[in-house]
Amino acid sequence: METTVIGPRKTFSLKDIKELWQYRELLYFFTWKDLKVRYKQTTIGILWAILQPFITMVVFTIFFGKLAGLPSDGVPYPIFVYTGLLFWQFFSGALSETSSSLTGNQSIITKVYFPRLILPISSVITKFIDFLVASIILVAMMIYYGYTPYLGGLFIIPLLLLITFMASVGLGLFLSAINVKYRDVRYALPFFIQILLFLTPVIYPASIAGKYSWFLALNPMTGVIQSARAALLGSTPINWFLIGISAIACFIMLLIGIVYFKKVERYFADVI
Amino acid sequence: MKKPIIEVRGVGKKYDIRHMRGGYIALRDVVMNVIKSPFSFLKSKAKQVVGLEKKEEFWALKDISFEVNKGEVVGIIGANGAGKSTLLKILSQITPPTEGEIILRGRVGSLLEVGTGFHPELSGRENIFLNGAILGMKRREIEEKFDQIVKFAGIEKFLDTPVKYYSSGMYVRLAFSVAAHMEPDILLVDEVLAVGDAEFQKKCLGKMNEITQTEGRTILFVSHNMAAIRSLCKKCILLNKGKIEIMGETEKVTAIYRTLSKVADLETTSLHDRLRRTSGDVQFQGVKALKDSEECWEFKQDEKLEFHFACKATKNVENLSFFMAFLEPETGKIIGNSWGDIKKENVHAGEQFSFSVNIPPKTFRPTQLLLYFALTNKERTKWYDVIDANVGLPILDIMPTNIEPNENEGLFVVPFTLESTKRNK
Repeated sequence: METTVIGPRKTFSLKDIKELWQYRELLYFFTWKDLKVRYKQTTIGILWAILQPFITMVVFTIFFGKLAGLPSDGVPYPIFVYTGLLFWQFFSGALSETSSSLTGNQSIITKVYFPRLILPISSVITKFIDFLVASIILVAMMIYYGYTPYLGGLFIIPLLLLITFMASVGLGLFLSAINVKYRDVRYALPFFIQILLFLTPVIYPASIAGKYSWFLALNPMTGVIQSARAALLGSTPINWFLIGISAIACFIMLLIGIVYFKKVERYFADVI
Repeated sequence: MKKPIIEVRGVGKKYDIRHMRGGYIALRDVVMNVIKSPFSFLKSKAKQVVGLEKKEEFWALKDISFEVNKGEVVGIIGANGAGKSTLLKILSQITPPTEGEIILRGRVGSLLEVGTGFHPELSGRENIFLNGAILGMKRREIEEKFDQIVKFAGIEKFLDTPVKYYSSGMYVRLAFSVAAHMEPDILLVDEVLAVGDAEFQKKCLGKMNEITQTEGRTILFVSHNMAAIRSLCKKCILLNKGKIEIMGETEKVTAIYRTLSKVADLETTSLHDRLRRTSGDVQFQGVKALKDSEECWEFKQDEKLEFHFACKATKNVENLSFFMAFLEPETGKIIGNSWGDIKKENVHAGEQFSFSVNIPPKTFRPTQLLLYFALTNKERTKWYDVIDANVGLPILDIMPTNIEPNENEGLFVVPFTLESTKRNK
């Protein structure tokens, strides 16, 4: 028989992971609901997930690629920027979704118990599905421009996704927990994301920064986007060192996020 | 002997009033405080750490210990703010206790609200799955019971309509139906029967009865509805100001609850709350409903109602006037009100005075009434003091007289005259 012991608990433990596993169906249902609700009453539905990065790509190509003439490591600019955008929008979208995942589900949090971690995680998964849909365009572009991904590169993509996943879950957990108490996050975040876009080599190659490119490497998405381009388009050789740093940084971010989240989780129902 | 299915040992829950009042704080305020006065900020932080700072603490629950055996249905009763809902929230793990420990031996399902997580854009079918999952049901379980759920709710025709187009009745029926079909070992229920129309409430009570009797499930049931408590629960816990007053046979406990809640308590505790919303220039010091010159808040419908008020002025006040209203407990709707001048129109600071209000017999039909008394000026632009259920005023019970069934229906008696008139041919 299941036995539950309730007491003043505090920290993250193995029990939490076990619990998450028990509630995996709820995770599925939350994700399913998010997708379902988002595209209800829209006429083109999930196509929005494609349209958004696609149009951004077109605009960026015209302004940054053609008019400003930004370099693109010898790769056609549209496919160069789309690869970056794909990962970038996964990351930034997940970040903004997770940060409001708790406050947006206030009525559930104050009435039913379930591991709260499920809410932010399901937001990230929702964005991941958008990512998958939007990558269809990338495949189409690769065929059009005649790029065959370097075989070893394909194996890197899951690793890169894992890193992005860790980064957005980690940072997202942190932000969502803060947002419960300090609603400033809602206003600060879009601004922050916008600035971060320019500090990440999405519209330009990291090489543009010359000897200061180490500064960009502090941002884990730099490693991810650069490696994705290297793997898929062969723009530069794969920089394993950079991936390693990004992976470790994101893992630490994830740990901090989880620990902080668990620490304040117990107040959610009281404060939200 | 078998171990009890619920064991609660020394549970307490503390809230910081500071947290409660503002809800959330803007980061800006925190930052501004640091910038404006960095030293006092550091000092108060340091005090917090050392534990010197006096925070306003409020124990919603304190020293709660009890045990429930498998198959028992236990009612939890108590006045508003006694801690009933907090207890259920702790038991269902929504909020952790500040101290103490609880052991639950079985799967727990909580029903603190019907329709938690319903999404208006989703169809009835989709919401059944979503809501079921939120309530902790497995997908297989939901699929198995799907037909029963739909049938009980009676929404077969509208299964694929988004619930935002449902009538509120249909919505509640569907929500309750999903919840009623979960099968945990321990079920925690909070006042959910207070929704829906009378017929559906009966159906819900019936369903609850069925669950409790046939399936031997353990249930904790919070309600203000004494009739429901009596019909469902053998045992009851009476909470009073965050503590267990008594636990035992339902009849005994409800009897004690009546005496407990039937004394108006306008002590200084409530004065603090009252002064937050009124000026307090003239204050109620005591209020009693009187029957045969003894305090009593239960009247038969053919008895006259008498209220006695003791007041004190803290400032000079002119044109003092009295206002009273009677409200329906469930909805808070006013079903009757009156006002009148108090003979003593002008009072001086420090003056004490009293007055009584009489209401003739057979004004109200048998019902429960929330009371609302206020001291105002004649124009009702200034409110000096207001007392009602929020500050500990008991609920007024008007009891039936059993003479003629029709006499027990409705809310009030309509005065009328009847004159014979000639028929013109």
